[in-house]
Amino acid sequence: MITNELTKVASQVRRDIVRMVHGVASGHPGGSLGCTDLLVGLYFEAMNLKKDESDSVVFDMSGTGEDMFFLSNGHISPVLYSVLARRGYFPVSELATFRKLDSRLQGHPATAEHLPGIRIASGSLGQGLSAAAGAAYGKKIRKDPNLVYCLMGDGEQQEGQIWEAAAFIPHRKLDNLIAIVDFNGQQIDGPTDVVLNNRDLGVKYEAFGWAVLHMDGNNMDEVVATLAAAKKASGKGLPVCIIMKTEMGQGVDFMMHTHKWHGTAPNNEQLAAALAQLDETLGDY
Amino acid sequence: MKTYTFSEKKDTRSGFGAGMAELGRSNPDVVALCADLVASLKLDTFIKENPDRFIQCGIAEANMIGVAAGLTLNGLIPFATTFANFGSSRVYDQIRQAVAYSNKNVKICVSHAGLTLGEDGATHQVLEDIGMMKSLPGMTVINPCDFNQTKAATIAIADYEGPVYLRFGRPVVPNFTPADQPFEIGKAILLNEGAHVSIFATGHLVWQALEAGKILAEQGVDAEIINIHTIKPLDKEAILKSVYKTGCAVTAEEHQMNGGLGDSVAQVLALNHPAPLEMVAVNDSFGESGTPDQLMEKYGLTAASIVAKALAVIQRKK
Repeated sequence: MITNELTKVASQVRRDIVRMVHGVASGHPGGSLGCTDLLVGLYFEAMNLKKDESDSVVFDMSGTGEDMFFLSNGHISPVLYSVLARRGYFPVSELATFRKLDSRLQGHPATAEHLPGIRIASGSLGQGLSAAAGAAYGKKIRKDPNLVYCLMGDGEQQEGQIWEAAAFIPHRKLDNLIAIVDFNGQQIDGPTDVVLNNRDLGVKYEAFGWAVLHMDGNNMDEVVATLAAAKKASGKGLPVCIIMKTEMGQGVDFMMHTHKWHGTAPNNEQLAAALAQLDETLGDY
Repeated sequence: MKTYTFSEKKDTRSGFGAGMAELGRSNPDVVALCADLVASLKLDTFIKENPDRFIQCGIAEANMIGVAAGLTLNGLIPFATTFANFGSSRVYDQIRQAVAYSNKNVKICVSHAGLTLGEDGATHQVLEDIGMMKSLPGMTVINPCDFNQTKAATIAIADYEGPVYLRFGRPVVPNFTPADQPFEIGKAILLNEGAHVSIFATGHLVWQALEAGKILAEQGVDAEIINIHTIKPLDKEAILKSVYKTGCAVTAEEHQMNGGLGDSVAQVLALNHPAPLEMVAVNDSFGESGTPDQLMEKYGLTAASIVAKALAVIQRKK
């Protein structure tokens, strides 16, 4: 897909995000908007996904013979749900059920409701990279040449388990794993530098034995190019970590440059103001 | 009283190791993970024969649980192993989210459960793990009684689809279960039929219950003794059938009174057939350093304790 088309998808996903969160008056728009370009770039361009005869995506839990994606910072579920629906894993109309009783779209991703696209629950932070490591290890054992992607938050890097996994993955030569850190510099209680300084995450991952790339996660050209570079760098003995600079709330001006919208839903006026900034490209659900 | 004999005493963790060795040969999907304790978990044979199916995780248990969960996606059957304390309380949230809530086919297999690892003391003992694990929806909790039963349980859980917590120990205990006895998850084993009192025991306390049965028989008390190797799912039918007959019960376990087998039995009785119940368990206390025998004595996890509780509970029958 050409970048222009991906950008159109991203605009619709951002509309979905603010509408979903508004519809239930809860959820996490900020990080979701920041990671929209990455998720669109992955699911609509970079990832090798299993498809049926009619070229529609099909989900099976095993992920055998295709790339797998793990969302570690599960609170940005709106962007994942929107991208999965827009990619064809489940009806777009189901986005309206987000966070509501009996929905498959739980506040944080879960497997209990059997939502296509979700392979493990996430939300309690720090756990996704370990699960991705297990999936990547399993692919090695099964001699499946496909890749495993894992997105984490930068605040989440404060969890110790991340660094258990960060040491394990290079030690086991899981060069079929591509981790992405959403470096937006914000967490619930304020800027990460103030709450608990992560220092230089790229240097840290390099020291742990990873090949490190950097990208602007809100520039679709750069997202596509860096994901291609990461795929090229895989299979050479080192796992790959992309430090992805993003802006929380990207695409909605009043949600940017603040941590205020980490877990806050827009009211009716704010929703209208947000939607006015985002083109409806694929039709609202 | 039915007579049980044994030719040797063995540790239950070696039963786990023997089961893993057999699975290594019979089931190509089984992989073992460990957090720097392979000798303690008796994984040497499995590792020697299947080096490509062993994953050393280092001293990083949280990551080990997540890796195990991820491995299941590829149809592999991961056995994540460490000491009971570090495979339960230390990683409870990881087990909760990545294994139980995600319904992943992970087998958490832990040694040094209870008091009887002995001299290391309370930091390495755990008396709360059954309670923690049985509280997780969908988690199966198993505490076999001897070498043969632990080996059989290890092999059986590989064929069962779903998360399992298998708990075993370090001290040598009589190996009396028939080597060919099939292990049925959730199916209690009647060891002795009796009319006066039901004794429900798990793990290392099963042999103590048999010893107690002999002492009680000498005093004219006819005890029914049942091995509850699976604490969850609990064999409610076996428990109720027995207590309908005897009218009272004693539970025996190497665990905290809060949250253990005794609590599970109490719940079944209270909801279905209220009857006097006494519990042999550690009473709201951490352990300490000592030999296994000294600790069992000091914390009242002995045949003598079971006898005393049995006599007391019979007195409470109306």
